[in-house]
Amino acid sequence: MSNTIDLRGICCPTNFVKAKLALEMVDAGETVEFLLDDGEPVKNVPRALKDEGHKLISLKETDGFYTLTLEKVE
Amino acid sequence: MAADKNKTTINMGNLKAGGFIKERGKDLFTVRLRVPGGRMQVSRLRKIAEVAEKYGGEFVHLSVRQSIELININFKDFDAVVTELEEGEQKVASCGARVRVPVACGGCEYNPNGLVDTQRSAMEVDRELFGAETGHHKFKVAFSGCPFDCPKAAINDVGFVGAIRPELERKECISCGLCAKSCAEGAIAMDQESKPLYSPGKCTYCGDCVKVCPTGAWKTVQKGYTVRIGGKWGRRPLIGTLYATFLPEEKVVELIAAVLAWYREKAEGLGRIRLGDIIIREGTESLLEHLRCKFPDNIVGKTMPPQVVDNQTGMGG
Repeated sequence: MSNTIDLRGICCPTNFVKAKLALEMVDAGETVEFLLDDGEPVKNVPRALKDEGHKLISLKETDGFYTLTLEKVE
Repeated sequence: MAADKNKTTINMGNLKAGGFIKERGKDLFTVRLRVPGGRMQVSRLRKIAEVAEKYGGEFVHLSVRQSIELININFKDFDAVVTELEEGEQKVASCGARVRVPVACGGCEYNPNGLVDTQRSAMEVDRELFGAETGHHKFKVAFSGCPFDCPKAAINDVGFVGAIRPELERKECISCGLCAKSCAEGAIAMDQESKPLYSPGKCTYCGDCVKVCPTGAWKTVQKGYTVRIGGKWGRRPLIGTLYATFLPEEKVVELIAAVLAWYREKAEGLGRIRLGDIIIREGTESLLEHLRCKFPDNIVGKTMPPQVVDNQTGMGG
């Protein structure tokens, strides 16, 4: 599984919209990783994706940015 | 007779709650419309546009408190304007020393931040207390759905802010840390076992932890309004202070009525004076005590007087 979508350097709400577009290309049940900047992106994007019905699995910090792992739910 | 020919009749009943505001010059008035919570059905909007086009000027004004105001209405058309607006279920607002139309944010139906149904609260207050005379001065109410507080609750006579109390079910937590990352107040930190450690003292009850939690380990255990009383803006601004927490939504009208009763009594004989200035005269304990009997579970132990904003003009001796 290597669905990694780099949303670093992209502001809200563009990052969320890009995440939505990326998820359109993924099958339900697949796992996706999103790379997010600290600050507003990491605060907003996970919650918005949860609100869309996807399953958040984990959040990890690496070198000043975050990796959000989620499972796509149809 | 010329006097008869020019005679104008107007239904004075329509003017009872105010809402007709004299403009500069002769014969013309602004008609303030009643739009509780700023919610405007598209069909009503269409009717308003029709009436404005027929009787008003080239534009309408969107007031600071979410009303649409019809401009340049000739007083002779008052009855026709009221009748035609009512065909579109639109009523005229209040002004003067009365309970004003409540303002509110969009609430919780479509806004992801909203914790409580501010729209329902605004409609309820409008239905139960619209135009009630205070005997003293205007009385403003506002509803915010969450601690972002876009409607600025604390500059109203009574202001409500939606709030939830979170609680963690530890065994459902997967240690993702999203809650700690989401908490803008630093009320959640991850402990040595990688579980969230909650500091209630720092919490503003915004519910972000509950909203972001992937597993639902953070639960809402209490929901209601944080209530601030005694605020106003204008010439001498005052910031309202905390009187109640987690007031259930169904007790909103009752609380406002209780505050109004205290205000009417304590301001007796003092003329045109706002609630906040009465609290400063009487002290906070009197109002707290009055409210505590009715809302024992929600009224705070102590509070402070409305906070004076030093606007730096006219404050000298």
